[in-house]
Amino acid sequence: MGSEIAHAIAAGVLGGGVYALMAAGLTLIFGVLDIINVAQGILVVLGAYLSYVLSVHLHLDLLVGLLITVPAMFVIGVAIYWLFIRPLRGAERTSMTLLACFAVALIIEGILYRAFGSNYVSLSAWYTTSSVHMFGFYLADIYLIGFGLAVVAIAALYFILYRTTFGRAVRATMQNQAAARLIGIDVNRVAAITFGIATAVTAIGGMVFGAISGGFTPNSGYDLISRLLAIVILAGMGSIGGALVAAVFMTTAEALVDIWQPSWSVAVFYLAMVIILTVRPAGLFGRRAVRAQ
Amino acid sequence: VTGSTGARVPEAAPSVPKAATRTGTGPIRQPSRQLLAVVGVLALVGVVALFPLVITNGTATNIGVVTLIFVAVVSAWNLFSGYSGYLSLGQAVFYGTGAYFLVVAAKDWNLTGSAVFWLIPLGGVAAAVIAVPLGLVALRVRRHTFVVITIAFFFIAQLSASNLGVTGGSSGMLVPAPGNWDPATYNNPFYYLAMIMAAATVALSWQVRRSRFGLQLRAIRDDEDRAAGLGVRAMPVKLTALVLSAFITGMAGALWVYFIGEAFPQFVFDPLFDLAVVLMAFFGGLGTVAGPVLGALILAPAQLYLNLVQSNGYSSEILFGALFLVVILFLPRGVVPTASEYVIKGRARWQRGRGDAA
Repeated sequence: MGSEIAHAIAAGVLGGGVYALMAAGLTLIFGVLDIINVAQGILVVLGAYLSYVLSVHLHLDLLVGLLITVPAMFVIGVAIYWLFIRPLRGAERTSMTLLACFAVALIIEGILYRAFGSNYVSLSAWYTTSSVHMFGFYLADIYLIGFGLAVVAIAALYFILYRTTFGRAVRATMQNQAAARLIGIDVNRVAAITFGIATAVTAIGGMVFGAISGGFTPNSGYDLISRLLAIVILAGMGSIGGALVAAVFMTTAEALVDIWQPSWSVAVFYLAMVIILTVRPAGLFGRRAVRAQ
Repeated sequence: VTGSTGARVPEAAPSVPKAATRTGTGPIRQPSRQLLAVVGVLALVGVVALFPLVITNGTATNIGVVTLIFVAVVSAWNLFSGYSGYLSLGQAVFYGTGAYFLVVAAKDWNLTGSAVFWLIPLGGVAAAVIAVPLGLVALRVRRHTFVVITIAFFFIAQLSASNLGVTGGSSGMLVPAPGNWDPATYNNPFYYLAMIMAAATVALSWQVRRSRFGLQLRAIRDDEDRAAGLGVRAMPVKLTALVLSAFITGMAGALWVYFIGEAFPQFVFDPLFDLAVVLMAFFGGLGTVAGPVLGALILAPAQLYLNLVQSNGYSSEILFGALFLVVILFLPRGVVPTASEYVIKGRARWQRGRGDAA
C-alpha cells in the first residue's frame, strides 16, 4: 500500500511536469492572443503520431525524432495561426477564434483517423520498458526522461520570455496589444511565433504522452484537451508557473484516486476545477478578471 | 441647415423629398412585408407538415425527424447563447440528461409504447433541474472561462454516463420500441412531435427576442457591467434563459433517444453534437430568430446525408470542420444577417435610383 502511494505520487509529479508543458503552450497562446486553443489536445496527439511514424517507419529513436517533430509542429502552428486565426477580427473575435480552433481540431482528428485508423498505438523505445527501482517501487525510465524534457522545455520558455528581446515583445503584447503595436512591435509576427512555439512544445508533450499513456488513438485529443483546460483554468489563465503547480497537483491527485477508484479518477480534475472556480473565479494564480468585451 | 453641414454631406439635400416619398409608401409597404413574412412562415410550416405524407421513404423521414429536433435544439441554444453572448459548448449535457431520463424512467417504471411519450416533458424538467446548479457555477465567469467550464461540464456528464450504474455504463441501454406500429408510418408520430417542438421553440424564441426579457439578455451580451449598472439583474436573467434552453433541449434529447431506441454514452454525450449545434446557429446567424432555423434546416440534413453515404464517418468530420472554417472566415455573421445586409443595401440603391429619377 505504502509503495503504491509512493509510486502514485512519483508518477503524478513526473507526469504532471509533462502536462505542465502542454498546458504552458495553451496558457501562452491565451496570454498573447486572448485565444483558447482547443486544438492543443489534438495537436499533442498529432505530435505523438509524428513520433510514431518516425520510430516505426524510419526506425528513429524517439528522442532523436524530436529533432524533426519539434520544428515540424512549429511550422504547423504558425500555419494554423496565419491561415485561420489571423484573419479573424471584430467584436466576435473571442468566440470565432475558439470555434476556428475547434474546427481545426476536427479536421486534424479526421485526417488522423483516415491515416491511422482507430486502433490504439503506443510509442516504445528501450527506455519505455526499462525501469528504475527506488523507495520500494519500480518507475519506468520514460517518466524521468519525460520530466527532464519538460523541465528543460519550460526553462527554455522562461528564458525566451524573460531573457530575449523577442520575449520582451511577447510580454509587452500580453500586457497591452495596442500599446505594443504603438511602440513598433509587429504584433502579428509575435503572435504567429508564439503560436508556433506553443504548438512546438506539443511535439515533446505528445512523444512523452504517447510513451507513458499505454496507448492512444485520434480520439485521445478530447481527453487531453479537457485535462489541459482544467489545469489552465485552475491555475488562472495566462500563468505559466501556475500551470506547473496546477498540473502537478491535478495529476498527483488523479494518480492517488486511481488506486481506489480507477474509473472515476479523471473526475478529480473537473471537480477540483469547479470547486476552485466557485471560490476564486479567476483561478489560483489568475490575474484580475478581464472586463467582458 | 448651415452651409458647412450641407458641404460635408452632399447627399443631404435631396434627402428631404426622398423622406417624403418613403413615408408616403410606408403605410402600404409595412403591412405588405408583414404579410409576406406570415405567408412565408405558413408556407414553410405547410411544406414541413406535408413532407412525410408526400415522401414516404423511411430514410428521408428519418432525416426529417432528426432535422426538426435540431431546429428545436439550435433555436433553444440560440435563446440562451445567441441572445446573451454566453457561448455554451455544453448543450449536449442537457440533451443527454433528457435522453437518459427517458431511457432509465421507461425501464424503471415499466413503461412501453405510447406511454413513453409522456416522459418527454419530464426529461425536459430533468435537464432544467440540472441546469440550475450548473448555471450558478458557470455563469459567475465570462467569455473564455465560461466556454471552458461548459466543455468541462460536458466531459463530467460523459464520464458519469459511462461509469454510473444507472445508465448501464458503456455497454449502453435499449429503449423498447413502440411495438405494434405500422413500419410504413412508424416515423410519423416522432416527426410531428418534433415538428410541434420545433415550431413552439421558434415561436418562443421570437417572443423572447421582442420581450423585455430578450432586451435584457441582449444588453448583457453587449456589455454586462453596463447592463447591470442600468438595473438589469444579470444573474437571474441569464439563469432563466439557460434553464429555459435546457428544458427544451432536454425534451428534444428525450424524443431523439426514443426515436433511435438506444443510448450509449459516447453518442448521447457527443462532442460533435455540441459543435454541430453551434455551427448551425453561426451559419444561420447568431442571435436572430430565423438564423438557427435556417442553419438547422440546411446543415442537419447535409450532415446526416454525408454520414449515410460515406462509408467511414471521418471524411464527414473533415468536411464538417472545413465547412465550419469557411463559415467563420467568410460568413462570420451568418447567412441571415449577411443576406439582410445585402437586401437593405440593394433596397437603398433602388430607392436612391428612384429618388434620382423623380
